[in-house]
This record gives sequence, C-alpha cells and structure tokens, in this order.
Amino acid sequence: MSRESILHRVRTALGRLEGEAIADPPDVRLSVPAMEREARIAGVRRAVEALAGKTHRAANAEKARTLVSDMLAGRSAVASNAPFLAECGIPNLPGVAGGFPDGAVLREACASAAVGITSADYALADTGTLVLLSSREEARMISLLPPAHIAVVPAGRILTGLDELFTVLPLPARSTSSMVMITGPSRTGDIEMTLVRGVHGPGELTVIVVG
Amino acid sequence: MSLEFDRKIHAALTNRKQQLAIFSATGKMKEGREAATAASVLPDYQELRTQANALKKHTIDHLDFYLEEFERNVEAAGGKVIWAKDATEVADFVLSLARERDARLIVKSKSMTSEEVDLNERLEHHGLEAVETDLGEYIIQLAGERPFHIVGPALHKDRYDVADIFEKRLGIGRETVIENQAAIARARLRQKFLAADIGMSGANFLVADSGAVVIVENEGNARLATTAPRIHVTVAGIEKVIPRAQDLAVFLKLLARSATGQAFSVYTSFLNGPRRPGEIDGPEEFYVVLLDNGRTRLLPDRGKRQSLYCIRCGACLNTCPVYRRIGGHSYPWVYAGPIGAILTPQFLGTAHEPALPFASSLCGACAEVCPVKIDIPRILLELRSEVRKSEAREKRGALRTRAEKLAFRAFAWMATHPRVYALAAPIGVALMPGWLRERFGLSEPPARTFRQLWSRR
Amino acid sequence: MSGRVSLFVTCIVDQLFPEIGLSMAAVLERLGYKVDFPERQTCCGQPAFNNGYWAEARAVARYFLDTFEGCETIVAPSGSCTAMVVNHFAELFRKEPATLARVEALRRRVWEFSAFLTECAGVEDVGARFPGVVTFHDGCHALRELGIRGGPRRLLAHVRGLELRELEPAGECCGFGGTFAIKFDELSRDMAAAKVDAIVRTGADAVVSLDPSCLMQIRGALARAGAPVRALHLAEVLASA
Repeated sequence: MSRESILHRVRTALGRLEGEAIADPPDVRLSVPAMEREARIAGVRRAVEALAGKTHRAANAEKARTLVSDMLAGRSAVASNAPFLAECGIPNLPGVAGGFPDGAVLREACASAAVGITSADYALADTGTLVLLSSREEARMISLLPPAHIAVVPAGRILTGLDELFTVLPLPARSTSSMVMITGPSRTGDIEMTLVRGVHGPGELTVIVVG
Repeated sequence: MSLEFDRKIHAALTNRKQQLAIFSATGKMKEGREAATAASVLPDYQELRTQANALKKHTIDHLDFYLEEFERNVEAAGGKVIWAKDATEVADFVLSLARERDARLIVKSKSMTSEEVDLNERLEHHGLEAVETDLGEYIIQLAGERPFHIVGPALHKDRYDVADIFEKRLGIGRETVIENQAAIARARLRQKFLAADIGMSGANFLVADSGAVVIVENEGNARLATTAPRIHVTVAGIEKVIPRAQDLAVFLKLLARSATGQAFSVYTSFLNGPRRPGEIDGPEEFYVVLLDNGRTRLLPDRGKRQSLYCIRCGACLNTCPVYRRIGGHSYPWVYAGPIGAILTPQFLGTAHEPALPFASSLCGACAEVCPVKIDIPRILLELRSEVRKSEAREKRGALRTRAEKLAFRAFAWMATHPRVYALAAPIGVALMPGWLRERFGLSEPPARTFRQLWSRR
Repeated sequence: MSGRVSLFVTCIVDQLFPEIGLSMAAVLERLGYKVDFPERQTCCGQPAFNNGYWAEARAVARYFLDTFEGCETIVAPSGSCTAMVVNHFAELFRKEPATLARVEALRRRVWEFSAFLTECAGVEDVGARFPGVVTFHDGCHALRELGIRGGPRRLLAHVRGLELRELEPAGECCGFGGTFAIKFDELSRDMAAAKVDAIVRTGADAVVSLDPSCLMQIRGALARAGAPVRALHLAEVLASA
C-alpha cells in the first residue's frame, strides 16, 4: 500500500525507525502587546480602511442596527445566526433574511442576496482581519457569496494580532471545521496586475465595531 | 544545453511585449515585498525567517512523525487521508471517488501540485469537467497553457490576449476592459461553484496537530471551491506539513509579505474535516491526498533536503534577474524560477535539462528573499557538480562536454604549476579571440602581467 | 598602521588588469603596510568550482592553501575570489577534515580589499583625490556573500572631489556569473545592458566596483552602448592622489 511504502521511504531517508520519538519543535514565542481598547478599535478601522474596506463605530447595539439599516438602503440581505446580530436586532430589519437552518436553502438565499451580514469571533487590530469560525451561529456562505459583506463586531473581541489569536485559540480545530481569516475585500491582480475587487468573494467589506 | 531550452530563452528575450509584462509584474511584487519586510515595517523579519527555517527543518527531519500525526487528526475529525506515490495514484483516487459519487463537475482552486501531476488532463480524459477557478488559472486553462508564475499564472497575458481567449473559448463578444473581463469570469465560475460535485484545492500548509489544511488566497475562489460542493479534496505534497497551528504565527507573517507585499492575503482558511453537526454549511466529505511524486527522493540528501522547505511564495521568482527575463514558460517543468531550477533536476534527474543549474549568475538575490532561507545558490552549485559527475560517467559524451572537462583539467594543472602558469597564461590571454575581447571591453592585452611588473619594482 | 600584508591579486588582475593590483599595493603602502606578493600564487579555483568541476577546484584550492597559509594577512581586490576562499573552500573540503582545518585556520586572514581597509585597518580616509561624479556597483559576491555594503561607500565618501550617486535599481547583478556570460550570452548581455542604463541615468563619469569580473562585464556593455563612462576598481580610485 502506498501509505506504507511512502512512510518507509521517508523513514529510510531520514534514518528514523517506525514509532521513533522526536525532540520538541522549536519554540514559537507568541507576543501579545498591551493595547488599550480604543487603540484596538482604531487599529482595526485604520487597517480595514487601508484595504479599501469601510468601517463604522457604533456606541451600542441600537446604533449598530440603525447603521446597518441605513447601509442596506433597501438591498436584500442574509444575516447569520450570530447571537450578537440578534442582540442588535439586525435579523429583524426589513429585507434581511436569517435563521436558515439548512445549507441548501441558505446558499440559494446568499446567491441572490446583495449583502451578507455576520458577526465575527475575533478581529485583529494590526491587520484589520476578521476571524470567523463556522458554526451553528455563523455559516460560511454568508461572508462569501453575496457581493457585499457587513461584519458587526463587539469591540471586546478585538485582539492585538495573530499572536494573540493563537494564544486564545491554539487549536482552532477543537472548535470548528472551518476558521476563516478575512483581511479586506476580495481582490485579484491576475490580469495585467490591475486590481479588481469582488472576484470571487465580496468586493465590498464593511466592519462595524460596536461599543 | 538542450536546443529546446536555448530556443525558449531566446524566444523569451526577443518577445518585447512579454518582457515588459513579466518585468513590470514581478517588479510590482518585488517592490511590495521590499516595502512589507522593511525593518521599519516588520522589525522581526530576519528573526521570523530564522524561525521559519528552523520549523521547516525540524518538520522535514521528522517528517514521518508529523505525517502520521496529521493523518490521525484528519481522521479524528471525520476526514480521510489518501497516500499517493505518484500522479497516477492521485488521478485514480479522484476518478474512483467521482465514479462512486456520480460526480461530473469539479471546481479547482490554484494548486501547483495539481499541475505537477497533470491532474486536469487525466480527469478530462475520463470525461470529467475540471474547472480552474482562480482568475489567472481560469484564463490559462482556457488558453491551454501552463502557469507562468506561481502567484500570477497569467501575468504574461495582457487584456487583449484575455479578450482573444474569452472570445474564442467562451463564444462571447470581444471585451477588452479588465473589470468586465473579471466580471465575466466571476459570473461563469459562480455557476460552476454552485453546481460542482467536488471541490479541489491545494494546501499552503498541512497542520499536524490539527489535521487541518491551510489555504491562502486573495480571490475567494478557494473558499468557494471548498465550501459549496459536497466533497472537498485537497492534494498536497508531503512536505507541506508543519507541526502546530501556532506555527502559523510565523509562516503567515512571512507568506503574503514575501509573495505580494500584503500583510495577509485576503482569505486564509483553516479547514479541518467535513462540516460538523450543527454547522450549517460546508462539505460533507473531506479528503487529503498526500503526494510523494519524488519528494522522498530528495529527502536523503541532507544538503539539498532544504529544497523541500519551500512555501511557494514566489519571492525568488520576482527577484531573479534570469526569471524576470525569460519567464515561466522557458523552464522545463511546472516549477519556474530559482526554486524550479533546484527542484526540477532533483525530481526529474539532472539529465532532464543539464543546463538548468547553470542558467544562473549565482547572484544570490533569491537566497536573500527566501522566507524559509533555502540556500538556493549553494544547491545550484551542488547540482552543477552532479551534472559534471554524470557527464564524466558517460563513456561517449558529447564532444563539447569532453572538451570542456579537458580544458578545466588543463586549467587546474596550470594553476598548480606556477612556472607553467607564469608562461602559459599570458599566451592564453594573447590568443583570446576578438569576439571575447570585445565582449568584455578588453582592448589590448596588457604589456606586462602584474607579477612581471611587481618583480621589476 | 603597520604589519605585513600579502597580496592575492587573483588571476584576472594578474593577467588582464595589473594596474588594479598595483593600485591596491600603492594604497596599502601609503597606509604604512609592508606589502609582499607570494610569487607562486595562481588562482583560487573559482572558475572550476562554479562550473561543477570540483575535483579540479580542489586541486587548485589545495595549492592556494599551500601558497598562502604562511601569510599573516592576505588581501584580494575581488569580492568573488575572497568569497570563494572564505565561504566555498569549506564546502569543497567537507569530507577532508585535515584540509578543512587548514581552511578554517586561513579563512579569517583573507580579506576583500575594501573590508580590509574599513574593518582590519580601521581606516576610511586613505588620502585619495578623484574629482568627478561616481556611481558604485555592488558586486553580488561582495554584497551578499561577504555582506559588504557600507564600507566602500564610506571610503568613497572620503575621497576629495568625489560625488557619489547611487544606482537605481540597486543590488542588481551585472550578469557576469563566470561562464554564465558565455553560455547564456544573450541573457547576460541583457542584464549588462540594464546595468549600463542605470549607470548612465546617474550621469556619473565613472562606475566603481570591488570586482574585476564585474568591471569586465560592465566595460564591455558600456562600450557597446557607446557610453563615455569609465569602469574602475575601487583600488584605482583610492590610489589616485
């Protein structure tokens, strides 16, 4: 069987025996700088905007709801099941469909919706990255199929950077089958190195930081 | 060198339009990398490179351990690992899976490994439709070409080329505006994503402690290909393994910066197994095909084993004065640039293109930018030595190679016999042909050598 | 400054550019060093090594060790030849522990000329005078293998009357690469032409380098382009008074 022959070749090449123990891998020191809440918020906003995303700050859930409502301006949207979105009353907004339990139905809705609305499990202050773990609360397609993506994120979920992410979540696989890190709107430079957005993911990204 | 190689290089050097396209595209990426890794922007850059090298070295030196750990964790999450020793086994697996699941349409995200095993050709031969979804890959698939560059597969094509390709292959009216071209591709591929039975991807990293596949991209086509279809198949070389999820804190800080100058690419997916109970979408089946295809042949050589550290960022291509002039299609195999120059002879044998390790001025720019610190020039030198050794073994080698060997033997003899050297070297110089003199701006040979002048002091 | 310095002039300088060797000697003597020239020297073996003929390269390298290991300090007007001795001899003799030990003992005493001045002699002003606009070409071996970058610039900064302008792009290979220039002639010429374009763009009267092989490549390309720019070795500039 190829498994045995490949492993055998590997071991022979490396001079190792089957089941032979190994030394620990080199240390990776994760550093988490001290960063005030306001600095974290400012960091996310600055980074997302530098990537041609948009950001807003909402003082509370109510204000977040109003913002989203204004942004939608009549466009159709799909919202995830994130409890935070429900807290903000976003799935109840006119034109927003949510609560899809079934992937197939959800996909159809996403394929025709103009906007996908999610929360995020974390955001990273240095790069403006959104971290979304697939779950009952957050489906994958919502931040992927519609041409615009709005992420409504509580300020308390902003981490300083990748190091802090792996400090709080050293084994993402324990929590989810899919962790996606989103840094800016979808883009390609494949034709003449000319930047085009929205191929194939959302070309418009808006992050609303709440709190 | 083979006539083929020589011809391709010449064709590339005389194709002004292509020259301009490659130079400008790689120039942008090169500048991006420089800005993103500058000391003021990423003060830890050199330390990260050292760490990345150490992590890769540790992993490769204990590869069997990590492969088994990876496999255990994939299976614990409900996925399956397939071990493929070569291209045929990869294709066989995909074909039998497709047959069992009655699958017809496969969407693919960018994977050099899949190019390496000519997967698309094999699948299409058996009546499956395998569609590349990365915009650049989609374009070259339609054009029937190989990728030109690891990161920008179609960077040798301009908008008019793309217009031609779309017109001819998609049967649509001529469209030369880039945004519109991208929109056309997006619309077409959207249909494919949503109708596909199987989504295939490569992997930038295989995480052993998590049984996870990490895919880094800017477009979102990999996310779509690995989310929409019921089945997700990853094909990755065995060398892609890293020990722990937290090691990504090192690699991810280097990858996009080295490739294009972005801090992170737009999407980084960390995928582990099929969707879990409660998750609303995602594939129902998850397979990882671990590919050998010659990688185990590189492992025994401690000096050249580091060739397997490559994370496919493309930085070496973007900085190489040779690649930037001759482009991806001049190289004899799917991997181009400095990394291609060291992988090709090791995978396919030096005889495949004996001149390839010599197609370098050994400037060392590649080694300077490699995020995992592969010492490419050193490996090129070793490969050169191997080429000579195998030439020496040939009883009836080409006249030119035997003459060259003789010339260097004579040179070595002369250089170890000072009196002969003192007499013969000036004669050699005097006999230098005119074209050689002109080539190096040498007018007349000097009246006296240094040693003659010195002895007269 | 005092002490003895042995010249490793390199085969290219010995045979083609003796003036570079004389200039280097002149600068060292001006600084108070006693300069000698081990007569039996020939080559470092780099051409054979770079072409994959390692057995032949070893023979030449062993001869080099025999020639120079009795010397206190060795200085060479070439980044590539210095790098050959300092970096690559060890590779050639990886499997010969006795020879490897001799290499280890010698390599710390072998210096590229500009590095000798700035790091060993600790000197940046050698009393030179060279009016004109000059640009500097970083040869790849000196730059990347020996890490030489600031030293030559500081030396040039102290040359009276000299204005230094940087090449843009910087750090690009001139395309010589030994027999690369012959075997991949078209490619090599293309690289040289780009170097010449950059040189001409600076408006410099002269381009200066640490490597005679780069100078050869650049000189040929300058002539082909009809550019009235001189290609000089750093030693020649520093020897001017």
